[in-house]
Amino acid sequence: MTFFIETLIGGLLAGTMYSLVAIGFVLIYKASGVFNFAQGAMLLFAALTFVSLREQGVPFAAALVLTVVVIAIGALAIERWILRPLVNRSQITLFMATLGLSFIVEGLAQGLMGAEVRALDLGIQDTPVMFGDIMVSHFDLVAAATATVLVTVLALLFNKTRVGVSLRAVADDTRAALSIGINLNRIWQIVWAVAGSVGLVAGLLWGARQGVQFSLSLVVLKALPVLIIGGFTSIGGAIVGGLIVGAAENLAEVYIGPFIGGGITPWFAYFIALAFLYVRPAGLFGERAIERV
Amino acid sequence: MRRIFKTTILASTLALTSLSAALPALASADEQFIPLPTYRVGPYASSGTLWWAGLLDYLRYVNEVEGGINGVKLVWQECETEWSTDRIVECYERYKNGKDGAPTAFFFTHSTPASYALIEKAAVDKIPLIDAAGGRTESTDGSVFPYAFPLLLNYYSQASVGINYIAAKEGGFDKLKGKKIVTVYHDSAYGRETQGPMELLAKKYGFENIQIPVADPGNEQSPQWRQVRQAQPDWVFLRTWGVSTPVGIKTAARFGIPADRIIGDVWAGSEADVIPAGDAAKGYQAIAPFPGGAQFEIHKRLKEHILDKGKSDLKDPKFFGSVYYNIGLINAATAVEALRTGQKKFGNRPLNGEEGRWAFEHLDITDARLDEIGFTGLLQKIKLSCNEHEGGGAARLQQWDGAKWNLVTDWVQADRATLRPLIDAKSAAYATEKAITPRDCGNEV
Repeated sequence: MTFFIETLIGGLLAGTMYSLVAIGFVLIYKASGVFNFAQGAMLLFAALTFVSLREQGVPFAAALVLTVVVIAIGALAIERWILRPLVNRSQITLFMATLGLSFIVEGLAQGLMGAEVRALDLGIQDTPVMFGDIMVSHFDLVAAATATVLVTVLALLFNKTRVGVSLRAVADDTRAALSIGINLNRIWQIVWAVAGSVGLVAGLLWGARQGVQFSLSLVVLKALPVLIIGGFTSIGGAIVGGLIVGAAENLAEVYIGPFIGGGITPWFAYFIALAFLYVRPAGLFGERAIERV
Repeated sequence: MRRIFKTTILASTLALTSLSAALPALASADEQFIPLPTYRVGPYASSGTLWWAGLLDYLRYVNEVEGGINGVKLVWQECETEWSTDRIVECYERYKNGKDGAPTAFFFTHSTPASYALIEKAAVDKIPLIDAAGGRTESTDGSVFPYAFPLLLNYYSQASVGINYIAAKEGGFDKLKGKKIVTVYHDSAYGRETQGPMELLAKKYGFENIQIPVADPGNEQSPQWRQVRQAQPDWVFLRTWGVSTPVGIKTAARFGIPADRIIGDVWAGSEADVIPAGDAAKGYQAIAPFPGGAQFEIHKRLKEHILDKGKSDLKDPKFFGSVYYNIGLINAATAVEALRTGQKKFGNRPLNGEEGRWAFEHLDITDARLDEIGFTGLLQKIKLSCNEHEGGGAARLQQWDGAKWNLVTDWVQADRATLRPLIDAKSAAYATEKAITPRDCGNEV
């Protein structure tokens, strides 16, 4: 029983790492209805920028601020040169644009900052913490705490600030928001900058675990089943989805894996997501699209 | 109209720019052509950029310092593949017949999946596939696979070297009885390749063989290492690749598995595998047919003639002597020595694929020759033949001290006598399946 509980808790904590990645997708989808395929590339770019600055001797806090500035500049550029010319185009057009953007960002990141693997030390020890007989990762606890803080900050941003209210208005009804004078371009710039900053947090935590390298952009694959389960429009859904995926894949690997050859974590998460699609196509907390036909 | 004009100009400029980057190097019929399926961008660029730097630096050294191989200059053409099998195959198809009259004598696949994909084509085209410490293990049997060379250390030998080293650390093979050895492996053809030999060796020496897969990409491994901890292993054999290695090492530390009880295999033993793992990797050991370090004689020569003269392909000199750089050097050196061997029979001229096969099958790099070319300690002695396409079967062990690899053994030989029947059985099954009549190696000259 102890082993089961330990596996379950370990899975739930691992799931918060997936949630961090998924939140970046949710932000952009909520504001523009675009599934941002470039989120992984943005995460890689942000982490690489931070590590490169640290390698140049820039102090931690300054590197963090400078990276956020770079992300904000990137968000302005993306809005100005990619999104604005494509406004009013179909969602698939915007999706394809983000697909192209992901290759550009990945190529730029490697070209400008090098392709070699970099170590990232955030000063968080990846050591075990014992609660009785149950072992929990210290690093995972910090990641979970970070996710909690991040969600709280985002909730405050969206609920208590003028920008947040504007963003919610855009998400609810873009035309109505435009008609009352909300600047859609400005909202997109802010959302992409915030999504990039969320990507930075996720990139730093994942980078500290696996090193900062190209494969960092692939962690988004972990976010997709989370989004399907939690819904594409809910930050709370991303958190719950992450917990479900983390717990399910950990338990499945340990208790089902040995009977079917093991190594089942990547596809098992998608299996769960498909099952959710049958029952709740919009995810647990996603908004159901109702269209007049 | 103006917009269409602008778009056309922009598109043309972009197309021309990318085309000029891909323009092939000039070659002529009196030169030896070498196609290079490089991967300088994409998920594996961190290893590819160093690998190809080592390889190109050595080829440049041969051309510029030694005047080529007996006067025959080497020319090469890179194809950017991002280590994608379909692009490697495309590169092979494009250059299998050479370029501008300069023939292709062999093709570096640098990829086990690509070696599998090309093995039948290459046999028809008569182009040797060179995949050092990779490839299809049963292609060690050259009587069935005349055009495939899993040089130096095939996957079975990698497992055997690991077990031999563990036995040495435990105080003898008899001490392996009852021990638990867990293999954490990348769940792919590469990762599964050592399951057969590990089973065989477990039966022979009486250790418990536990296999735990990690699915690609392996960036979250808590469930696997939780199972490892539950098994309470004496040793762990880590057969991962890419990001799954540093994540594996870090997760092992979290679950209380000491790094010095983990033996990484060839493709889990570079700087890229341990640097991201930080302190958790201190004491981690790895099998090294391609040892790390810049203390070897060839490095002195390269530094003097290539690096210090600004001719190196290496962007960052701190990676001079890194494991992947040295892999490039060793691959280049074995190929150059094979071409030299072939020229003794066919004359001092470029070789074609069929002649390349003969050259590799007669490659014999002795200790004396290793001394001459400056590779003593870095490369094992090799002797290949018609039915022996591995040629070495040994590796050194290296240990990471947190800053660099330190070699902790001399060459440890694999138990090839035990493994060979397994290889022969697999190659015989392949021959039956493909209706291949094995060559009579007794009649080969």
